[in-house]
Amino acid sequence: MKVLSNYFKSLFLLELFRGLSVTGRYLFKKKFTVMYPEEKAPVSPRFRGLHALRRYPNGEERCIACKLCEATCPALAITIEAEPREDGSRRTTRYDIDLFKCIYCGYCEEACPVDAIVETRVYEYHFEQRGDNVMTKQDLLAVGDKHEKQIAADIEAQAKYR
Amino acid sequence: MEFFISLWEALPSELQYLIWTLIKIIVIVAPMMLAVAYFTYAERKIIGYMQVRIGPNRVGPKGWLQPIADAVKLMFKEIVIPTNANKVLFLIAPVITLAPALAAWAVFPFDEKLVLADINAGLLYILALTSVGVYGVIIAGWASNSKYAFLGAMRSAAQIVAYEIAMGFALVGVLVAAGSLNLGDIIKAQQGGLFSWFWLPLLPLFGVYVISGVAETNRAPFDVAEGESEIVAGFHVEYSGMLFAVFFLAEYANMILISALTAVMFLGGWLSPFQGWPVLGPLFDWVPGFVWLVIKTAFFMFLFLWLRATFPRYRYDQIMRLGWKVFIPITIVWIAVVGLAVVYQLPWWFD
Repeated sequence: MKVLSNYFKSLFLLELFRGLSVTGRYLFKKKFTVMYPEEKAPVSPRFRGLHALRRYPNGEERCIACKLCEATCPALAITIEAEPREDGSRRTTRYDIDLFKCIYCGYCEEACPVDAIVETRVYEYHFEQRGDNVMTKQDLLAVGDKHEKQIAADIEAQAKYR
Repeated sequence: MEFFISLWEALPSELQYLIWTLIKIIVIVAPMMLAVAYFTYAERKIIGYMQVRIGPNRVGPKGWLQPIADAVKLMFKEIVIPTNANKVLFLIAPVITLAPALAAWAVFPFDEKLVLADINAGLLYILALTSVGVYGVIIAGWASNSKYAFLGAMRSAAQIVAYEIAMGFALVGVLVAAGSLNLGDIIKAQQGGLFSWFWLPLLPLFGVYVISGVAETNRAPFDVAEGESEIVAGFHVEYSGMLFAVFFLAEYANMILISALTAVMFLGGWLSPFQGWPVLGPLFDWVPGFVWLVIKTAFFMFLFLWLRATFPRYRYDQIMRLGWKVFIPITIVWIAVVGLAVVYQLPWWFD
């Protein structure tokens, strides 16, 4: 009996028609494609994009050259050199992140005791020349200055979970 | 103007006939090419919609210029001929696939009087031409000197031979029912509205014909000849640029041809579905027959895309089983049934 019913099922293509009805329904479903350059998908405050170095509101850079980020970086993407400044404070003379090595894990951000290195929401960036992939201290500070408002807001939003 | 008329009359009558025929051919082929181009666009859009995407929408308004952009891209690409390929066969194969797909339209009745060559053996001519298309695929696979291409060609040869028989038998049913090989007469035999068309008395043959049509054009779910996930692209791996485009055109032209033939054989071609009905019949009398034909053809063209969006590829042995052990027995049995119905003049269709 079972064999017979299976035979009829396959002969009259019943299951194939059910498949067709599924795709037929989906033809009229609402599409949720995001028209990318014009429209953008929402980004989480935890998003880990391009890196930035932050400053205090008085303009002093936050980074104190503790090198925790360098130590924790699993991809060895960060290179830091430091020496005392004229006023005796400890600052970096070099702070490079090789974005080709970086795996965007966010450990540097987590390790930082002063919230100096952060990963921003920025995900639209490119390099036009060999070597541009290494972000220098100036580049990172510039990114930080440009997006400070957004970075501060994101850190604020995430503060209670940290 | 008069100069041209006198020039035309000065030409020998053979030449006049030749030019006239060429003009007719262009009038048929040019819209065909346009239809093929926009069929590819429709395919991408419809499959996109079924996968809850929106498909191409960047080139031109709503992506309408996408097929033009594709064509231009393919035209400017290099044609690579593999080192050890058989050059002549390699170049001739795409032409062999495309030519029959276009030549078959010669006997196709677009409307009651609108047919390029109204020959009596129209159905035979179409059967002959559609089977020539296979040679293009096989020659392409052999001439490329590539194992993937060869595998694709072998698969398609076996598959098309198997389904050709089922398809031919399905059409035998149609010609027994219609009593003619002329496509126009086949349509005229289906006079009398939706339920007088052959799809109803020949329902099993109708199903067999549609499914073998899909197999015959190497479309999903029967696209083992291409099988992009297993043998890269099958018979046309080695083709690039315009040569590849010709294969592409041939595939889509074949799909349109099969759709149009299904409309003619089983859905009454240019006939109105409400013909001779009390109220609806006169209401739709003003619609030209060509429009009905286009609507019916478009339905089957949509079906091709719908099937492709829905089903995974058949396994090879299943394709063979379906062709030889299911379709051919069904068609043979039904031809006998139709034959009896015609002999005993079963009412409604055959009386």
